[in-house]
Amino acid sequence: MGSDKPAALVIGGGIAGIQAALDIADAGFPVYLVEREPSVGGRMSQLDKTFPTLDCSSCILTPKMVSVGQHPGINLMTYSEVVSVEGEPGAFRVVVRKKPRYVDEDKCTGCGLCAQACRMHGRIVDTFNQGLGKRSPIYCPFPQAVPLIYTIDPEVCLFLSRGKCGNTFLCKDACIADAIDFEQKEKLIELEVASIVVATGFDLIDPKTKPEFGYGVYPNVLTGLEFERLSSASGPTAGKIVLDGKEPQDVVFIHCVGSRDSHTGVPYCSRICCMYSAKHAHLVRDRLPNARITVFYMDVRAFGKGYEEFYDRVKHERVMYRRGEPSEVYKRGDRLIVRAEDTLLRRTVEVEADLVVLATAVVPRADMEAFAGMVDLARTPDGFFQEMHPKIRPVESSRAGVFLAGCCQSPKDIPDTVAQAKAAASSAMVILSNTARPRA
Amino acid sequence: MRVDVQQLLDNLDLFGCIQCGKCTGGCPVSLTTVLNVRFLIYETLMDALPDIEHAEELWDCTCCFTCVERCPKDVRPADLIIGLRGQLVEAGKIPPTIGDALMGIFRQGNPLGFARDDRFGWAKGLDVKLIEEGAENLLFTCCSSAYDVRAQIATRALVRALQAAGVDFGSLGTEETCCGNEVRRVGEVAMFEEMLVAEGKPLFESTGAQRIITTSPHCYNTFKNEYGLEGMEVVHYSQAVAKLLEEGKLTFSGRLEKKVTYHDPCFLGKQNGIFDEPREVIRAIPGVEFVEMDRIRERSLCCEGGGGRMWFEGTNSEERLAFQRVHEAVGTGAEILAVACPFCMSMLEDAVKVQGLEEQLKVMDIMELVVGAL
Repeated sequence: MGSDKPAALVIGGGIAGIQAALDIADAGFPVYLVEREPSVGGRMSQLDKTFPTLDCSSCILTPKMVSVGQHPGINLMTYSEVVSVEGEPGAFRVVVRKKPRYVDEDKCTGCGLCAQACRMHGRIVDTFNQGLGKRSPIYCPFPQAVPLIYTIDPEVCLFLSRGKCGNTFLCKDACIADAIDFEQKEKLIELEVASIVVATGFDLIDPKTKPEFGYGVYPNVLTGLEFERLSSASGPTAGKIVLDGKEPQDVVFIHCVGSRDSHTGVPYCSRICCMYSAKHAHLVRDRLPNARITVFYMDVRAFGKGYEEFYDRVKHERVMYRRGEPSEVYKRGDRLIVRAEDTLLRRTVEVEADLVVLATAVVPRADMEAFAGMVDLARTPDGFFQEMHPKIRPVESSRAGVFLAGCCQSPKDIPDTVAQAKAAASSAMVILSNTARPRA
Repeated sequence: MRVDVQQLLDNLDLFGCIQCGKCTGGCPVSLTTVLNVRFLIYETLMDALPDIEHAEELWDCTCCFTCVERCPKDVRPADLIIGLRGQLVEAGKIPPTIGDALMGIFRQGNPLGFARDDRFGWAKGLDVKLIEEGAENLLFTCCSSAYDVRAQIATRALVRALQAAGVDFGSLGTEETCCGNEVRRVGEVAMFEEMLVAEGKPLFESTGAQRIITTSPHCYNTFKNEYGLEGMEVVHYSQAVAKLLEEGKLTFSGRLEKKVTYHDPCFLGKQNGIFDEPREVIRAIPGVEFVEMDRIRERSLCCEGGGGRMWFEGTNSEERLAFQRVHEAVGTGAEILAVACPFCMSMLEDAVKVQGLEEQLKVMDIMELVVGAL
């Protein structure tokens, strides 16, 4: 980057990390943005529309992704992970492990001929599509990926996992840029930075921890994130809400799956589910005008700007909100039955469904503990990173010079995530401004 | 009868209830009776309970504890029903058939009205020693397993399997008294604690046995979770037999060419998480084709035999859940519906008869299947 100014490190390339990196870089400080996946974009890139305005998620996210890819002040390090953080504010020494893509980043044009040619094409579970589609071992997670470069998944590539792939490498043969490089090795890169923003995001609870809902038993019981991919124009069905070739006629949404629940270790409200379920109900109404749509809720928490209005709008779209947390999903004939007490009717009901969508709890990343240990960050009892004060120091972590942004600190929606990212960037820049130029 | 609400609020933790309805929504009898435990909690909290003297539906609860297992706020809804039953018991306002059962336990140690002296009759000709001779395992036979003619077949099958595997076990014989699991659940707490646990716990511990093998998930549940037994392991017979099979101590020489499905008992499955062992036992039998019903494991449908329902018809005997259950079993194509509980055996076998399914489906204990292939 060639700057003589002190640099910042942003860990995590979702919307929080992207926003923090852009703000710091726009202020003139160099930024290293480290993302462990092949592309930046994070969870937001998996979403179809966003509540309450129904902006297309990709349409508002992609320009920002492109900006971090092109910004002269941002050194984008994708498919890379931070492995150690030493030092103090103004003088952190960080080691980043850059994983081999087995594709030369300078040569790959992102044309995709390799993926088409691969013997295993269409046989690997597509994690970006939440397993609803299949891809190749050599892949680019989604068309708007930044960088638009292919990556070989060594776990499933025949050659890398078994040492043999037919008589010839079909990907190599297909690549007109000669970018495939099976000899690539991981690299350890040392960085000197003055401040750090942690924006490592969240996971969703495994819905099998609530076995009463039959997730994993019935293919038409989906999680909210799976539904996002199903309804997304860039998803496996090109945005058609179809299951097994059929449009569902009765769709049931279930709030609070795992959230607010003492049994799952998630006592908190996940804060986004009420609104995304309302959005999902709207999307079903939009695509399937005649579907019967039921949302089972315990309480509707529509607290943000424009949220209550959106909830009102969705209800007017003939979405039936029934108060009661369903207790069980089972089968009758070829249809699903959602059994719940409608607490306002004071009566137990069996609602037929051919699609059930579970609003699963937002939980800390599975490797949160290891990451917290590596960076030396404290966590709150819920598992998320601890802020120094819940009210007046909301973005400072327990380690001086390290700031928190987005869902790694607590569940939050996109507006709150972006706001916190900008706050974290601002805090990081205070240190950057007070740090002497690094010795050349 | 005026309910003592303060007593309920002092003994139960109802204040955390958020009225989500997950309890009633999962309650197996909530579709067929007027019992609504979620609303009862609200009425209790608001001190708005009606006169419960004639609220017969309070006796509909099977104590399957689905509500307790699923409550997201640890409220334990079924404990409120048990608490209300307790006040009815105190006041002597209980269904006469339940009163008879309790009296039977008080007088002869069993709720079925049989004589204590006949309790060991099931073992006739089987060479079962008394525990006083000393044994590694105490075989505890549920009152049904000991006296009920149909359940005795399962008990005897279990004994044959234990003997075939060389297990050292003994029985309390006529000293054996009801475990009290259902006594506790119909609200007769004093009898449970001051008589059955107070006498049973020292009796069991004095046998010197390392473990109790129970013939019923109900006995298993209360011994394991409520008796506070020291130095004794408690196992359900499905666990014991699965272990014998795994260790190669029990082997099959015959086959059973049948299609079999399995019904999870609530006190074994939902409440104690034992789902796999009974299935392992069935699957180990050569020739068996094992098939599952839709509602299994944590989503299993209650047979309605627990919580005192063996002694009380319920307010809606027209639509018994066991009727649904046997039709579901038939729907899998199974010829045998396997059970691991004497109450499930009784409820489901009755249902097979009432529904006229005897030609299609037989209800059998998992031990009957095992012994048939030894």
